[in-house]
Amino acid sequence: MRPESDIMKEVMERSGQDITKCYQCLKCFVGCPLAPYMEYKPNQVIRMLQYGQTDKILESNTIWLCVSCKTCGVRCPNDIDLMHVMDTLREMSQETKKQYKADKKIVALHEEFVRNVKIWGKLHEATFFMPYMARTLDIIDNAGQGIKLFIRLKLPLIPKKIKHIKEIRKLFKKGYKTKKELANNEN
Amino acid sequence: MKTKEYALYPGCTSHSTGLEYNLSMHAVFEKLGFEFKEIDDWNCCGGAAASALSNLLGLALPARNIKQTELQDKPLAIPCPGCFNAVMRAKYALENDPEMKKKIEEVVGFEYQGKIEVKSIHEVLFDNFTVDEIKEMVVKPLTGLKVVSYYGCALVRHPDIVKMGDHENPIFFDELVEALGAEPVDWSYKTDCCGADLGMTHKKISENIADKICGGAVETGADCILTACGLCQINLDIKQTGTNARKIPVVYFSELMGIAFDLPKRNKWWSKHIVDVKPLLKEKGLL
Repeated sequence: MRPESDIMKEVMERSGQDITKCYQCLKCFVGCPLAPYMEYKPNQVIRMLQYGQTDKILESNTIWLCVSCKTCGVRCPNDIDLMHVMDTLREMSQETKKQYKADKKIVALHEEFVRNVKIWGKLHEATFFMPYMARTLDIIDNAGQGIKLFIRLKLPLIPKKIKHIKEIRKLFKKGYKTKKELANNEN
Repeated sequence: MKTKEYALYPGCTSHSTGLEYNLSMHAVFEKLGFEFKEIDDWNCCGGAAASALSNLLGLALPARNIKQTELQDKPLAIPCPGCFNAVMRAKYALENDPEMKKKIEEVVGFEYQGKIEVKSIHEVLFDNFTVDEIKEMVVKPLTGLKVVSYYGCALVRHPDIVKMGDHENPIFFDELVEALGAEPVDWSYKTDCCGADLGMTHKKISENIADKICGGAVETGADCILTACGLCQINLDIKQTGTNARKIPVVYFSELMGIAFDLPKRNKWWSKHIVDVKPLLKEKGLL
């Protein structure tokens, strides 16, 4: 495989980051709060992209465990903002038909979050937590936290839609495709 | 710019998980003479989720709030660092990336005029008052209270976008802490990440992160952790296990200001916390 694969070019173009500049100083890895839990560390992601091993990255938990804290980006001596690379990789993983097997929970959380915003215009926690818990069966811990918040009157039960919800629906229609919609388009 | 009138973007957590932040922020800033007008029909900024799934969606949602703000001509104040960061990212894209600007404008259905100024709520404070002026307004100094300031991610990174000065060692809250009569304590975790959304999906990881940060605070001998972010607050407050170190209260900067200004309503805030703040306040004679 050529070091400068087409996929690397695509990642560079979409993220606006020149990953050929990386000389593996490991600052991104050392500063990353989630690196201990990642299958591939931030610096490894770059090296693997350079070698064209994108499939492995797209299936890994790495891209979903990244919470975009931007620590890597501000410390990179070569000004590579890895967050933008991760954003691109997350988009690419949704575009490929491969099921991202590594971290379904985080994906479910994000998907239910934006679905909730599409419904109400604002986030309504109660109607966002419920489908997330149903989908992932991640119930016990979250129900416990939910109760702690509920008794402190921090989980309003009745949602409130914004006035011009149609603007939000239009925004979603023009600007965002769910994984399902992307798959349907391809068929 | 010195002004007391701002448009306000409260953010979704203002009436839920960040309730005590919203209450204390309003109490303190209104006491200082600020007037906030909530922007009409605002929407969610997309949180971390929208930008994680789609770069365009993550910029378009906050951009609609910019559109709503442009309907009036007051600078925009944002208490939540997450929302602030999202709006600043959208603003940055609109001003520096012509291709993305076109896409955002098409998706949101507006033309960016570029006339609004966006401020994090602490900037609103420091634009109008010097540290010495704040010090003079204190009626109940927080004497003997040791505070570590936790800045987190969204307020200071990326510096090209949020322009908040030193992103590795910010000190603006430490200066505020000192002005309130408390003792600012230096520590190693002031700009570490709280784990964000993983609080809901990965119990063990988020507990490890919260314990590392809270443990670091306890190690310095601090009495409490100061924050300005609803997500940081809830992650640290609810996820610290207290296994290796005593549990430590996590309070908003506006709550500490509320005590120092002796605002009567402040007792309603403490019941919203998970780690009890009251024993500490009692011990320091601040309840």
